Amino acid sequence: MKKFRDMKLYRNPANVFMICMTLVLVIILICPLAALFSKAFLTASGDFAGLENYVKYFSTPALSVSIKNTMVVSCAAAVLGTLLGFLYAYGLTRTKIKGKTFFRYVAMIPLFLPTVVHGLSLVYLFGKQGMITGLGWDIGLYGRTGIILSEIIYTFPQAFLMFSIALNYADGRLYEAAETMGCGALKKFTHITLPSVKYTLINSLFVCFTLAFTDFGAPKVLGGNYNVLATDIYKQVAGQFNMNMGAVVGTLLLIPAVISFGVDRVTSGKNSEGISSKAQALKIKESKTRDGVFYLICGGISLCLLGLVAVLFVGAFTKYYPYDMGFTLENFKFNPSTGGFQSFLNSIGMSLLTAVVGTVFVFVYAYFIERGKCNRIFKNTGRMLSSLPLALPGMVIGLGFIFFFNQKDNPLNFIYGTVIILVLANIVHFYSVPFVTASGALKKLDKEYENVADSLKIPAWKTFCQVVVPLSLPAVLEIFMYYFMNSMVTVSAVVFLYSAQFKIASIAITHMEEAGDIAQAAAMSLLILLINVAARGLYEVCRRLSTRERGAREGAGKARVHLFKGKVQGSL
Amino acid sequence: MAFLSVKNIVKKFDTQTALNNVSVDIEKGELVSILGPSGCGKTTLLRIIAGLETPTMGQVFIDGKECTSLPPSKRNFGIVFQSYALFPHMTVEQNLLFGLNQQKYLSKDERKIRAREVLEMVDLYEHRNKYPAQLSGGQQQRIALARAISLKPAFLLLDEPLSALDAKVRVKLRAEIRRIQKKLGITTILVTHDQEEALTMADKIVVMNNAVVEQVGTPREIYDSPRTVFTAKFIGTMNMYEQEGSLWGVRPETVKIAKTAKPGDMSCHKGTVEEIEFRGALTRIYGRLQENRKTICADLDSHEAEALRLVEKEDVFFHIPQSEIVHYQGQESAERITA
Repeated sequence: MKKFRDMKLYRNPANVFMICMTLVLVIILICPLAALFSKAFLTASGDFAGLENYVKYFSTPALSVSIKNTMVVSCAAAVLGTLLGFLYAYGLTRTKIKGKTFFRYVAMIPLFLPTVVHGLSLVYLFGKQGMITGLGWDIGLYGRTGIILSEIIYTFPQAFLMFSIALNYADGRLYEAAETMGCGALKKFTHITLPSVKYTLINSLFVCFTLAFTDFGAPKVLGGNYNVLATDIYKQVAGQFNMNMGAVVGTLLLIPAVISFGVDRVTSGKNSEGISSKAQALKIKESKTRDGVFYLICGGISLCLLGLVAVLFVGAFTKYYPYDMGFTLENFKFNPSTGGFQSFLNSIGMSLLTAVVGTVFVFVYAYFIERGKCNRIFKNTGRMLSSLPLALPGMVIGLGFIFFFNQKDNPLNFIYGTVIILVLANIVHFYSVPFVTASGALKKLDKEYENVADSLKIPAWKTFCQVVVPLSLPAVLEIFMYYFMNSMVTVSAVVFLYSAQFKIASIAITHMEEAGDIAQAAAMSLLILLINVAARGLYEVCRRLSTRERGAREGAGKARVHLFKGKVQGSL
Repeated sequence: MAFLSVKNIVKKFDTQTALNNVSVDIEKGELVSILGPSGCGKTTLLRIIAGLETPTMGQVFIDGKECTSLPPSKRNFGIVFQSYALFPHMTVEQNLLFGLNQQKYLSKDERKIRAREVLEMVDLYEHRNKYPAQLSGGQQQRIALARAISLKPAFLLLDEPLSALDAKVRVKLRAEIRRIQKKLGITTILVTHDQEEALTMADKIVVMNNAVVEQVGTPREIYDSPRTVFTAKFIGTMNMYEQEGSLWGVRPETVKIAKTAKPGDMSCHKGTVEEIEFRGALTRIYGRLQENRKTICADLDSHEAEALRLVEKEDVFFHIPQSEIVHYQGQESAERITA
């Protein structure tokens, strides 16, 4: 009986697919992680060290002080990023201010740029020769202040997006009931609004904390002598080739990410509890004062964000900022030594490759997990592996990848230094969100499509291509977009993995900034922004087209009824 | 041997047994309804016949061939699901051609002609260029049926095909499905929890409960002589009484009511009217028998009830004809009625 079952396991093509894909995920996810952990507990010569590396790390004052520094900036960024994100989202969902679409897109700007660029913009404004510094206000950018500011810019869109989803769900009945009981605006806010978003609040704090904790870009540009964990890793690994110490710091970076992951697991289930299917849309009342206040808040924040982009334009198009403000395109002639224009092309190539391969892999894997006729053990393993990357900071993935793929005896060693390793690192790094998107979309499809197709003798691959994919197209596009944009701006995972032959734009910006070519760095940032905005625009057009087509399918019947009604009325 | 037969099927999910030693034979060309409450295993049985589930034990024979582990695509059946599962991004015609286009031995024109044939059969040819979302529920259902028969399958499986529709449409479609089934002479299995659907449509009914088959028979047999208490109570209404360890029952429509009784008539039982419920053509009288303090209900023709001028709390005689009484033996059934 057992033998019979085992035979069937391999005869079922779905199981074979699942095994292969799971194996790929193990190689690019579990193996690098295992390599990282083993390095942390070994000495440089490869002997077992136990906790020795950790002891050494904590007893080096210069190093352990970075823990304190990282905590300080992350806490500040988490609180301020969450607060601003909440206010902005509140303004866009619960007030009657105009231009909400505009505000929404402006809030997304930081997502379109590598974090080093936020640092760069701040340098233009508050640096030693910054515009605002020049006006006589020196905030002492380099060090703690700069990192915190930059991390707020980085975390703000994330918090905003989380809150705008949470605040969008409001049960108007609760507010009306409160009004009939004579509750004032403040009481409604503290007793209805805040409790309804409390899990989002907790989640946002953790997510922002983790983002700031593990970010490499901003501290790299603005850190100065203010060391944080992410820059420590880089110095240990890239500067001193102390792999074991790098691994130690890497495992420390994992801690908040893992906690945040746990919090997300616990709260994500609870968030939906409060939403009743009978909920009625909230009617937003007229209030000039409230709207005025939120015009100020949202306007102020978007002005800041737009300002950050504006200074990039100024920097990129002026001859020698701030001494010669004449217009020039010279800055777009990139110095080959820091990557050149080729790095921009490389970035696009790498991001497209990541998006194509990543989307196909994620979607097919999610399909087998959600709808495949394969063994349940494989499905559960797949689900577990797919949620894991959410807890992995980019630097940890980058480190794990060098430790694993750079081993001499690894048969996959040949991918080291090529675009393949960058693509794989990106696929793993940004894996979890696309997976949730894909499995959510697949779960919504009628569960009998495959069975009907099977009874009509349609081969499974044809059902997949002609039914499942077309019906999940919005999700597929979203995943593609997510992979592409994130790969364009990522620094942390790939900073250890790029080779001199294959530099990418986000790294090139770091190098230009290091070399003092900040005008070129600004120019390159603009190119990245341009391509991401273009990609996003294309995505929006595709998405609209696909929803309009669907609307036409469903609406045409109703439209005809309206037409008919119109005629009847006309004849009367 | 029957055209389609399942033998000693057992299906276990984790801890729960969905089917416990189920055997059913289905003859060529008949419409068999599998009837039972939700969770009785009827859909699981259908899915095992379709090959969508593999049984833990037991065998499935189609046309004399053992095909227990044959995949669905090799079994040659058409299926209509409760949700219809029409492809929403394809027009009605595309939905049909999606399957027909796999039939490589047919020319392009032959496929189109076949699609037209089945669409005309369900009377929806003029809607061929619409998308499913533009059709009513009943129309969608007929498209699903047309798609299921488009490949001329050897048998047809219908999984609660009418349950998503409202009452009027349901009655109309029952007749329509039955008409098409008879015209094609196609062996059909209809899974339903609606007794009326089973009684009106089926040649043969398989009553299921708690993972086992309770009774197999024609609708008349099932209704007139239900072999188990479950069947009696699930299909129609049955007054049930226990007498010296054995059980007997009587259908309400066979019970008559009279104001007076002939002395010595053993089939007349004295009782009181407790409630009168007007149901249109019929009027249901709920009463209580004097001798055993048990309830009884009787369905009278409304005119007849009107003529009797019954009022609540009134003492009357309930006439239970001996010939209409169904007897049940054994401990098992006694336990069930108390359960």
